Formats: sequence, structure tokens, C-alpha cells
Amino acid sequence: MKILRLAAALVLLASPLPAQEATARFGEGGTEVLVRSTTDIQIIRPVIERFVTRNPDLSIRYEQWGSNALFDRSRADCQSGDAPADAIVSSAVQQMVWLVNAGCAQPYRSAVTLALPQARRWRDELWGITTEPAVIAYNKDLLSAEDVPRSRFALLDAMRDNPEFYRKRIATYDISESGLGFLFAYSDSLEATTFGALLEGFARIEAVATCCSAEIIAGVADGTYLLAYNVLGSYVLNADAATVGMVLPEDYTLVLSRGLMIPKGAAQPAAAGRLLEFLFTAEAQSLLAQAGLVVDTDDDDAGMDVGARRFIPLSPTLLVARDASHRDLLLRFWSETFRQAEIP
Amino acid sequence: MSDAIALKRPVRSLVTRVMGTVLVLLVLGGLLVSASIWWNGRLAARQSYDRILLGAARDIAESVRILDGAPLVDLPVSAFQLLAQAPDDRIYYAVHGPGGDIVTGVDPDRTVDRPSGGTAPVRFFDAMLNGEPARFVQVTRRFVERDFSGPVDVVVGQTLRARQAMTRELMLDALLPMAIAGVALMVLSFLVISSALRPLGSLVEDLSLRDPRDLTPMPTDRLPRELQVMLGAMNRFMQRLDRQVDAMRNLISDTAHQLRTPVAAIRVHTETAAAETDAGARALALDRLQARTRSLDVLLNQLLARALVIHRTDSAPRAPVDLREIALEMLERDDHAVLMPDADLRLVIGEDPVMVRADAFSLGEAGRNLLGNALTHGGQPILVGAERAGPDAILWVEDGGPGPEAAVIERLGQRFNRNSATSEQGTGIGLSIVAAVAAAFGGRVEMTRTDTGFRASLILPAEETTP
Repeated sequence: MKILRLAAALVLLASPLPAQEATARFGEGGTEVLVRSTTDIQIIRPVIERFVTRNPDLSIRYEQWGSNALFDRSRADCQSGDAPADAIVSSAVQQMVWLVNAGCAQPYRSAVTLALPQARRWRDELWGITTEPAVIAYNKDLLSAEDVPRSRFALLDAMRDNPEFYRKRIATYDISESGLGFLFAYSDSLEATTFGALLEGFARIEAVATCCSAEIIAGVADGTYLLAYNVLGSYVLNADAATVGMVLPEDYTLVLSRGLMIPKGAAQPAAAGRLLEFLFTAEAQSLLAQAGLVVDTDDDDAGMDVGARRFIPLSPTLLVARDASHRDLLLRFWSETFRQAEIP
Repeated sequence: MSDAIALKRPVRSLVTRVMGTVLVLLVLGGLLVSASIWWNGRLAARQSYDRILLGAARDIAESVRILDGAPLVDLPVSAFQLLAQAPDDRIYYAVHGPGGDIVTGVDPDRTVDRPSGGTAPVRFFDAMLNGEPARFVQVTRRFVERDFSGPVDVVVGQTLRARQAMTRELMLDALLPMAIAGVALMVLSFLVISSALRPLGSLVEDLSLRDPRDLTPMPTDRLPRELQVMLGAMNRFMQRLDRQVDAMRNLISDTAHQLRTPVAAIRVHTETAAAETDAGARALALDRLQARTRSLDVLLNQLLARALVIHRTDSAPRAPVDLREIALEMLERDDHAVLMPDADLRLVIGEDPVMVRADAFSLGEAGRNLLGNALTHGGQPILVGAERAGPDAILWVEDGGPGPEAAVIERLGQRFNRNSATSEQGTGIGLSIVAAVAAAFGGRVEMTRTDTGFRASLILPAEETTP
């Protein structure tokens, strides 16, 4: 493994656009490929390192971005025609779908990408490279495995039966702050009528809505929160906290595929295609699985009923999730529910 | 020489020509049908996806409600699931308020230009969507509320990939069977044309294998009518050629046969006259020589006449001839004056014409020979006549004599019937001319004894007189 340089940089205040949170460079090949991603460098590192080892002529400049900043930057690049990144990876797939719908991506086709299921590719311009379930994380010390609610109905019942026990000790994403949280909330709102009941329940026990995965999981690990609803399984696995367990909801489990697209006007589209191709090799998939980014959803041992998984499909339907007025309505519903609950 | 031939464009076979034409027709037809299929497929794809577009737009329009005096859109996912029926197409949507200001849209900063004018509640139009051709529909919903009134326009658009794919599929689905049918038609037409032209092929083979000197007719049975006409003409031509060759061969052999004896006799008489010292004997020899020469002259004339008649019966065109005119001509010519200046000749003809279709010259020759025979062998008076008897037209010569013996009559008309019984100015060639003429025009020769003498008749099928 050759790591030349790993530089973590703070936001550059001078930049007119929001910039990356961290940057790393992998490999020393002559052709530099710029990858902008919402995935933490630490998590993705082994995969990228293996890629540059396999492709010595390439080097990867990896920039870690927040999803909204990444979207704004990519959209601006697309509209101005400035040199964009060579590959963009984001967990906020509704934003990726929007970019593809706006004609900001270029197509790439190979036997591997064409073999992907329909839910994991769109227009051959956007591909889902990971499979990550949205889970319920819990503190193993405070909740025994039997007591952990294994479905949304069980969670509702638990909140109703033991409101004092759970008061202020359930965490979930603040959907106005987190793109991923919003996507999960949006998907929940489509999936079942439990969504409204869940929001009311959360409000009643004064659940904590906060912005970031790391914060939520750290809170679960140190016992601040008993459990966290709808956190991305990969963050739980990577938190490497012995006290945090996770449950795949049995009624249905949302499965997210991080989207990768090659922007129109990319300087190295062929190299980006090679990266895409590499990510679907068995080698890369097993590295991704180790990183928690690929959960074998067909495997019963993962505790997930095959019929219960709900892929968030890469399809134009996700445009609704990014529609301003729909978003306003959902956010209003969200905040009103919480506000009503706050009034005694 | 052969190089010059090789340079010429190769002559295409009939099968190639017909197959080429059939191929061109099939290809032209195929192109026409393909264009029509493509047009129909495009129409079908356009209609079905336009309906989806309209359904989605109506769905969105339905979801618009008025809240606090402003339109509010709760975008229905079902509309997008409907649009996702075209899974690979990009989507455009926008909801415009009464002033054209945007309520919501896929990209509020960029809206498509809507066609101006017209107030129809549903309007389809084509425009570009981020550099890709797309189809749009605008649905207008009018609100009349206490705090809001005016139209709200919902515009939904979609790129054309699914439409193109559907057009392509419809076209392929229709074209594949058509291509198979086309190939089948090609094979069938090849088989049909080959089998139709097979007689021609075997004819060509027959002809190419045929001995160039073989003039026997080609078989025409089991041939198509068109070929039978052609082959019939060719067979007739070959028959005529065959007869001409035969006639020429006969002429040569006859001439050799007929001339050998008189010429030898003339030579003997000449030598005798030259060697004779006695004036009386010499005069006698010269007399004989003269007689022989005269007889040779007659013989030569007859041989030539016969050759001419045989030639003409094959080659001269047939025309309507009045036998009475032939009879009249026979008497008016003064040939008989040479043979018998004081002969008693009478013409027996009626008022009505006796028409046949034949060659006047040949008939004249035949008549002259009949008259010559009568003058030479028969008795006086000699009657020459022409008459119509039922379907027959008859030219006859009757003399007052008893006629030849029955055995001679039997053999009359054959070529070499000069035997010892006939004189040197024999009837053989003369009657063979008559027989040849009779045969050429479908008639016959009859020798009959009558109450008053012996009659020789040339009987031909009568030609109906046209009034």
C-alpha cells in the first residue's frame, strides 16, 4: 500500500463555493482522477488503495464533501461547464438523480453495469455501488437483545408503554439538516402509515433529532441514547463500538445504494469508468463489505428477511424527494408534529 | 477477335433478368412497407406515451390545492411512478401560477418555453430538455376560490428514449416476419421462374447438341404456346430448307441422269458425221444429230422448268388465281405451234371464275406440260378446260386418243419413269412437274378415260370467291 500523502483540510473560507471537508491522494500514477464523495476517507480507504495498486498508471485525488455542498458544487459545475470531478459518489441519491435528470452525467456501459438490477442503475449514467440498510442502533448495555424493538410497531408499542424510560433517549436524523435523514424520512412516508405515528411517538417522548451519524452513534455508544432510529448500518459497523448493536427492522428495511456518476465534461471519464468497473469486482465488493458498505442482503444470517428489504431505487421517482414544495410540506409536517408534542 | 467478344458486356440469362426484376420489386415493396410500419410504430408509441404524460400531468394538477391564497403542490409520487414507465427517460415538471410565476418545478431556475397562445386545457408540444429532444404536455386547471382565482398550468415533459425504443421494437416485430416472407417469396419465385423456363432450357440444350446438318423438325409437344409458335416457325423454315436441299439434290441427280444418254448420243452422231466420207450418210448423221439436239433442248427446258416450279412452290407467295386464265394462257402461248402447228385446240370454260390459291407461274408450267403431253401422245381434237366441281377446282386437258396403257398411268408422275417403252421426248419429267405442283398446292393429278378420249386433270382445292 502506497500512500503518498493524506491531507485533512478544513473548509477553505476564501472559496466562493463550499469546499471539501478533507482531501487525500492515493497512488502515484501520472493520470490523476478526481473523486468527490460523501463517504468518509477512513471508510473507503482500503478500496481506493487497492484500486490504485491494481491500476499503477492512475492516481486518485479523493475529496470528502458534505452531501449538500457536493450537490451545489456539482450543479454549479454542470451549469457553468467548468472542469468537474471525474466521479461523484453520494449517499444523497435524490440529489444524484436530480443531477442525472438535469443532464449533468455521461453514460457508461459495460457488461458489469448492464447486469445491475434496475433499482441500482438509471439511464446508464448513475449506478448504486453499495447496499447499506437503514437500521435501529441500540446500546447493548442498556437494552437486552430481547427488549430491543425489532420492528416499527414494536418501537411504537415500546414508546407508548414506557414513555418515561425512553424520554429524550431516542435519537434520529434531523431531516432538515441531514440529506440522508430526509431521504429516509421521505422513503418512510411512502412506505407505510406508521410514519405519522412514529413522528408523534418521537415527539411525545421528546426524541432527539440531530444532524450527524457520528454524533448519533457516539451518543448511543456512551449511553446518552438508548437507541437510534434509521441510522445507516455502515456507520454503526464502522463506529467499532462494542456497546452498539444493530437491528434490521423486520417489517421493512430501507436499503440505500450510494450513487456514483461520471459528470459530463469529466477530464478522465475512461479512468472513472475503470474505477466504476473495479467497484463491482469481487475483490472490491469484499473490501466494501469489510467496510460495512455492502451488506449481503440475500444472506439470511444478516437478520434481514429478503421480502422486507426496500431498495431506494435509483429512478426519477426520487425527484419528488428533492422537490422544493414537497420538501417544505414534509418538513412542515415534521416540525409541526414535534411542536404540537412540545405543547403539553 | 475473341478479345473483342470478351470485352462486350456479358449477356445476362433470362432467369437472372427476371429474378433481378423480382428482387427490385420486392425491395421497393419492402421499403414502402417498412416506412409505413415505422410511421405506424411511431404513432403508436407517441400515443401511448402521450397518455402516460397526460396522466401524470393530470395527477399533479389534481394535487394542487389553495392554501392561504396561493397554490400549493403536494407532488404525488404516483405521477412519477407513471412517468417511470419510461424508465430511462429524463423528466421535466413545473407548476406555474396565473402570472406564469413558478410554484414548483424540477429546476425552478430553468423552465422550458411554453407555446404562447391558445387556451386549450390540454396542449402537447415538443421542445428540448437539457439538450435532448423531449415531449411535453401542459394541463391547465382553473381555480375559482374565495382567495384565489385563475389558471394553474402543470407542464410535464419526458425525453424520447422509451418512445424510440417502442418504435424500434414494434418495427422489428413487424419487419422480422416480413423479411422472412421476403426471403421465402424470393426462393419461391426463383423456383417458379426456373420451372417456367425449364422448357426453354431443354430447348437450348437440344439446339446446342443438335448436328448442324440435321434438318428434322424439333419436337414441339409439352412446350408452352409461345415457344411452340417460335419452334413451329423454325421447324417450317427447316423443312423448307430440307425440301430445297432435296430438290437441289434431285435436280442435280436428275439432270445428270437425264442428260447422260442424249449427250453421249450427240457425241456419237457428231463423231459419225465427222468420220463419214459419204455425203449421203453424213447428211443422215447430221439429221439425227439435229433431232437429238432439239430433243435435248426440250429436255433441258423441262428440267429447268421443273426445278423452277419446285423452287417456287416453296418460296413464291400464294395468290388467288383464276384457272380459266391459266387455260386461256395455255392456248394463247404458241409453244404448241412448235410441236404441232396444225393441231385442233379448243377452249372449254364457263362464265364463273374458278379460283384457287396458288402460284400462277407454277400452274402455267403444269398446264403447259399437260398440253404438251396431249399434243405429243394424244389424238385430235384437244380440249383445254377449267371448271369447278364441288370443293375442287379442275384444270384439265383432254385429247381424242386412247391414252397410255394402264401400267404407264400407274407410274405417271414419278421421277425416273423413262423406260424403254417411252420415247426420248418422254412424259416423265412433264408429268412429274404436274405432280409436284399438285402436291405443293394440296391437290392431285387424275388420269381418266372418257367417252371421247383421255383426260388428264390437275385438281386443286377451290378458293371461295370473294364477291
